[in-house]
Amino acid sequence: MSAFLRTAWAVLRKDLAIERRAKEGANALGFFAILLLFLFYFALGPDRERIRTALPGLFWLAFILAGLLGLGRAFALERENDCLDGLILAPADKGAIYLGKVGGTTVLMLAMEVAFIVASGVLYNLDLWAAVPDLFLVALAGTVGFAAVGTLFAAMTARLRAREVLLPVLLLPLAVPVLLAAVKLTELALVAGPAGAAGPWWRLLLGFDVVFVVTGLLTFEFVLEA
Amino acid sequence: MIEASGLTKLYGLQPALRGVSLHVAAGEILAVLGHNGSGKTTLVRLLATLVRPTAGTARVGGHDVVTAPEAVRRAIAVVGHTTQLYDDLTAAENLAFAEALAGRRAARDRVESALARVGLDGQGRTPVRELSSGMRRRVALARAILREPRVLLLDEAFSGLDQDSTKRLEDHLHVFRAGGGAALVVTHSLGRALAVADRVTILAGGRIAGVATRAELSETALRQLYLEATETGA
Amino acid sequence: MQRALAPLAAGLLAVGLWAGLAAAPPDAVQGQVQRIMYVHVPAILTGYAAIGLVLVASVAYLWTGRAAWDRVAAAGGELAVCFIGLTLATGSIWGKPTWGTWWTWDARLTSTAILFVIYLGYLLLRSVVDDPARAAAYAAVLGIVGALDVPIIHFSVEWWRTLHQPATVLKPQAPSIDPAMLRVLLVNVAAFLTTFAYLATRRYRLLTLRADALARALAGR
Repeated sequence: MSAFLRTAWAVLRKDLAIERRAKEGANALGFFAILLLFLFYFALGPDRERIRTALPGLFWLAFILAGLLGLGRAFALERENDCLDGLILAPADKGAIYLGKVGGTTVLMLAMEVAFIVASGVLYNLDLWAAVPDLFLVALAGTVGFAAVGTLFAAMTARLRAREVLLPVLLLPLAVPVLLAAVKLTELALVAGPAGAAGPWWRLLLGFDVVFVVTGLLTFEFVLEA
Repeated sequence: MIEASGLTKLYGLQPALRGVSLHVAAGEILAVLGHNGSGKTTLVRLLATLVRPTAGTARVGGHDVVTAPEAVRRAIAVVGHTTQLYDDLTAAENLAFAEALAGRRAARDRVESALARVGLDGQGRTPVRELSSGMRRRVALARAILREPRVLLLDEAFSGLDQDSTKRLEDHLHVFRAGGGAALVVTHSLGRALAVADRVTILAGGRIAGVATRAELSETALRQLYLEATETGA
Repeated sequence: MQRALAPLAAGLLAVGLWAGLAAAPPDAVQGQVQRIMYVHVPAILTGYAAIGLVLVASVAYLWTGRAAWDRVAAAGGELAVCFIGLTLATGSIWGKPTWGTWWTWDARLTSTAILFVIYLGYLLLRSVVDDPARAAAYAAVLGIVGALDVPIIHFSVEWWRTLHQPATVLKPQAPSIDPAMLRVLLVNVAAFLTTFAYLATRRYRLLTLRADALARALAGR
């Protein structure tokens, strides 16, 4: 058991260490987030009400776009120097490697998401501070789900030529429940709805997370070894 | 320690390896000599369980590569011409990561001693990106040493190495053999094969085109054999 | 048993479609256009059956490693796309005279459309990966993930719709259905499922023949 967790933790730490040090590092994702904020503003016009009502959707559009990039990076770094072979040859539980990858991607995406939320409050002149704890929880649950399924397909497409197109084509329809639930829960975090409205959505989102983390743990070795 | 029988690998309809059989005993080094495209990399990848054979069987370290790949992986270490290292991490971090993947606590002294054995003590904290290519390959060798394998698979591990690194790798091979390990060294260089091997197998066009033992291994004899084999076999 | 499938399927289809398109009573509210239900509903049910087949075959393939299971999954995937596509097309045709538009974001249509894209992706993945063993493994994982996602997608889309808009009265499947219509519907469901079984077995046989021919060609080299 502890070897499993040690391996997962090592993979997570390794990915984050590389992100911190790589020259094209996490800065790029951060700039991307700011850029999206500007794009959304240009696309939806100076009317701040429109942006305020669209905000939950905008958050998750941004998170998904950044998530696709983050997932791609998680395996791009393994392609250099044939490190992917190194992972296969390691006498490690492949499920532990999967868990580490999901964790690393989640941490990275969460960092970007928090920055995005804060920056959107500033740039769109919205008071989001009260909602931040709830927003963080939604972001966490949604990101884990997205990363759980995404890691499987990022690993598959890493070795294909058409990887940039194939990953979203395969992943996004599967991730629709995450998008719907996360947007809904973000809405409810920003503007309190009827009592108990959030409950079913939380159950759906957490159910999604559990089902697909377990599926990933069981099937990642087949993806890696293929 | 390595037994291959009728190993065949086809990519689509293209045969990369056809009916290759060989064996390497404990305490023995076999060199597999061949041109590019002779199938030698495919052979190593098959023995390393990175690729599954289309036909034939192989047992490495006492385990079948198809039915027990995980057990094979625990018994082997592969040193290739790509390093499988993360350029942004330091040498020590790469080794510690390899240890953690094996489920072992990254003991600093083990990492330090492995680096020392390849002459890189003091370089532990340098990012791999800043090391010369010869030193990077030595880090890869250090990682292979840390695994304490019973079988070593080398795929063009000597190509592009500076003299110092070459000597270290050769020395390590001899120590490894003396310790009872079995090694398969794939190379396209005759000189390399002569310097390290007990026996030589020549691969051409995916098939075995010649075999020679130490006794026959004078350079001229080997060169002759190599020429004949690659002319007829390729 | 295989030989019986073709005439059985053909027979059931003939009876079912005649019954549905001609003999069954027309709907009280929608009139003749409602007859499309006799194709639309069996189509989606068969689509689900195909998805289920892909799931079972995918798990079996990963478990046993036997290529035969991969061929079953491939056949199932193709038929899933066919039948789900048919569902969408008939749903759209039904919608035009009934609601006035070719497409509504009705919960069921929307989640069906998502399924269609997922299994199109399944076929795409198979075609893009060169190595057959790798394609089989990747497809198997996608087949499992997709099937597990089906109920989750269904619920999420449905809740999303009902929270935005009250459920429309004119749903494709009437809440209480006339017994005569139900009988015809069941005949058509049986017909479609039998046709599916027939097509799946034929496709599997074709893929097996191709694999055998390939193996013989390779053995000769």
